[in-house]
Amino acid sequence: MNVTIEEQIRSDQERTLVVSGEVDAFTAPQLREKLMPLCQENCKVYLNLSQVDYMDSTGLGVLIGAFKKLRSQRGRLILTGVSPRLKRLLNITGLSEILEIEDRV
Amino acid sequence: MDQTKEIIEMTLPAKAQYVGVVRLTVSGIANRLGFHYDDIEDMKLAVAEACTNAVDHAYKKSVVKGKIGVTFFIFEDRLEVQIKDEGNSFDIAAVKKRCGPIEKHHPFAAMRERGLGLHLMEALMDRVDIYGGQGVVVSLTKYIHRDEVDSNVNSPTKTQSNR
Repeated sequence: MNVTIEEQIRSDQERTLVVSGEVDAFTAPQLREKLMPLCQENCKVYLNLSQVDYMDSTGLGVLIGAFKKLRSQRGRLILTGVSPRLKRLLNITGLSEILEIEDRV
Repeated sequence: MDQTKEIIEMTLPAKAQYVGVVRLTVSGIANRLGFHYDDIEDMKLAVAEACTNAVDHAYKKSVVKGKIGVTFFIFEDRLEVQIKDEGNSFDIAAVKKRCGPIEKHHPFAAMRERGLGLHLMEALMDRVDIYGGQGVVVSLTKYIHRDEVDSNVNSPTKTQSNR
């Protein structure tokens, strides 16, 4: 019941966060702490979720927060490696209509 | 026919780090009962949402570090999980009005980071009951064989509030 988050630098304004483990009420603050500082003007943030075994509404809340912050500064949040399970949650919550999801990791 | 076969009870501190323990327990019990993988994952999430709400809201204003009671009622055809707290109760109708899926046409600035929990519970379980009063009790039900379930459990008004 832990989460690990690894940051990869793609270019000046592009970062990837590789998230592994479980994102819940206990671990979501760690994700927020790593993700929010990357949400800068004109930045592109890729969130690789292929190693995420579990995510609930607290994790989705972090995604919404990052999306809003990036969006207001002409940045982009791109989700990759979304499992069918997570895709289902994004569909139920309506987030799949709003968030950018890329199939390739 | 409709008698509870077994009851499993647990009491945990109302802290976020114990929600994962409840998830593992849900998984263990549901697996034993023969639920399918997807149903187990749905239940884990729904129960975790209810526990997270209890941790977040119920004890916000109280100084006392509270507890969450989780009771599993095992029936022949279904599993009912009751999540109970002793914290501040809330206006169920008002909360439900604020909860729902994200709407594409709404301005992004108005998107809330919380409030998806109850919506997820309703989408993932066959039945959701919320009782207010002294603390809040959320009761989540999932049937073991969906094919055999009465059609009425899938009616649009799945949630009943009893205050």
